[in-house]
Amino acid sequence: MNDLISNSDLLRMYRQMVSIRAFEESLSDMFGKGLLGGTSHFCIGQESCAVGVISAARDDDWLISNHRGHGHLLARGLDIARVMGELMGKLSGYCGGRGGSQHLSAIDHCFLGTNGITGGGIPIATGAALALKYRKSSSIAIVFFGDGASNQGTFHESLNMASLWKLPVLYVCENNLYGMSNPVSKSCASGNVAVRASAYAMRGETHDGFDVEHVHRVAGEALARIRAGEGPELLELMTYRQCGHSKNDARVYRTREEEARMAERDCLLLTANSLRRRGLSQEDIDAAAEAARQDVAAAAEAAMAAPTGGRRHALDGLFA
Amino acid sequence: MTDDERTIYYSKAVNEALDEELARDDSVILMGEDIGCYGGAFGVTKGLYEKYGAERIWETPISENSFVGVAVGAAMMGLRPVVEIMFMDFLALALDQLLNSAGKLHYMYNGQVTVPMVLRTPGGAKGGYGPSHSQMLSNLLVGIPGIKVVAPSTPAQVKGILKAAIRDPNPVVVIENKRLYPQRGYVAAGDYVLPLDKAEVAAAGKDITLISYSSMTPVCLAVKEALKPVGIDLEVLDLISLQPLDKESIFASVRKTGRVIIVEEACLTGGVAAEVSALISEHCLDALEAPIIRVAAADMPIPSALALEKFVLPQAEDIVAAVKRIQEY
Repeated sequence: MNDLISNSDLLRMYRQMVSIRAFEESLSDMFGKGLLGGTSHFCIGQESCAVGVISAARDDDWLISNHRGHGHLLARGLDIARVMGELMGKLSGYCGGRGGSQHLSAIDHCFLGTNGITGGGIPIATGAALALKYRKSSSIAIVFFGDGASNQGTFHESLNMASLWKLPVLYVCENNLYGMSNPVSKSCASGNVAVRASAYAMRGETHDGFDVEHVHRVAGEALARIRAGEGPELLELMTYRQCGHSKNDARVYRTREEEARMAERDCLLLTANSLRRRGLSQEDIDAAAEAARQDVAAAAEAAMAAPTGGRRHALDGLFA
Repeated sequence: MTDDERTIYYSKAVNEALDEELARDDSVILMGEDIGCYGGAFGVTKGLYEKYGAERIWETPISENSFVGVAVGAAMMGLRPVVEIMFMDFLALALDQLLNSAGKLHYMYNGQVTVPMVLRTPGGAKGGYGPSHSQMLSNLLVGIPGIKVVAPSTPAQVKGILKAAIRDPNPVVVIENKRLYPQRGYVAAGDYVLPLDKAEVAAAGKDITLISYSSMTPVCLAVKEALKPVGIDLEVLDLISLQPLDKESIFASVRKTGRVIIVEEACLTGGVAAEVSALISEHCLDALEAPIIRVAAADMPIPSALALEKFVLPQAEDIVAAVKRIQEY
């Protein structure tokens, strides 16, 4: 079914993945220069999950993300300068700097929000799906979370309800092998997240999350089944966070050898290889990557120049 | 219909409010445990499942944190979910979604979404329910920015307040009370709403102000009647809204009597009474003729045995003793 993804589609997906990578590398640089406060959770190495799933969704499918959400935001096509602005606390940001990385929504893009509580977005997505079903919409709610969140009660309770009520929701678990420092082997008794779906009479599958074409295909198939009314599904994508959990993580819980081994499966490398196999020139591939980097650099500059809010912006707007 | 026929139970007034709002607006749905054919643990939703069906009345598994989160998600998408938490103590299981989602989303997403949901829950002791089924946890809720908290004390109040809460674009917690459910009162026929941010003078008086809410308001009114023969004229101010507090009504009553006793069923420490007391100290210390007295539950779990429960919860005698003390100051 790979022939469903045209060369230009794959090149576009590649460019998006590079822009997510460049976005986070740019953030890393800004942290180093003291331009960003707090912390941030990067998805370096996991870009194929965000791009593969979201490219298979409709623009009016609702997305719910988590603390590691930059990939999902950019894959949905949000304005990079406004996402960057949000992280820098600028008024130009999608939430005017009130939300930041972990609390960023863009309702005009059907992006219901990133979420700073591990597992917190799972019931919210389930509720969004309930509303979609109630209003007889053909849209689907798609929620991203990690292996760590699958140990929260909200995961189990929500899957149970969604299955009972046949809600149009796709649960996407990006299994990057670690919940912060805790490996899946020490936190998930079943050793695998997808198998947990069987307890809720739900279809659950584990797939290679490094291969963006494969992710796109399996997500598209799942979404088609859900749209046909076959009920919610759990899609587990095996991936790897090449960076630390957040900006201050010395990664003492894993070896550099493991990291080197996993880096061979870097989704950008794999996609570039696939593009070459499809006959694209190195020049075209490099040009796409360069264009993505330039997009990010221009966005960073625009975000940097935007103003921050003042006292009123901080203290107004608690209630509607 | 005669006035007598419109004297209904508090629980029936809640039921009428839900029924009328379900009929008025198809974005209103109910969620909660055993709210279907069972009619809710306290019978409040009786008949609604039969009338509106499973499409409007979502009976949930026992999954408080998630079904409150489901309500948040549905509310963000434009529905108006009204969630029942069977006992207020169980709210602890859902606190994350209330604290980190419902109260924050409108602000942190910079006004892009509203969360028009209502969470109804009976607080308070009813005699013998014990440590995990008896608490009044208003003190926890008023510390959550972004949530409105109301605790009506009469059938007429709860009907108008609940309807207003359902129509409000913000998350509202309506604290009901197990002891109030079987109390009766006159409720006007037809549609009406009451403001979510106003206190009410339940009984005017000139000597001492009793400030209370929920189940303690009828107790305060009974104390007022009991002390009438000895010539003490108590004013009873029913807060109704705990977040925000109706400061003007509070200050007006304090300036009238100069003596204040605040009565609540929640724990003494860090509660609504403490907050009201602080506000009075900040804004009308000059009007006080005696120190403020708080009458509240002891900072203790509530024991099951009826013989023990009364030592932990505020009693009418405690209010009478406080009246004596404040009079003699």
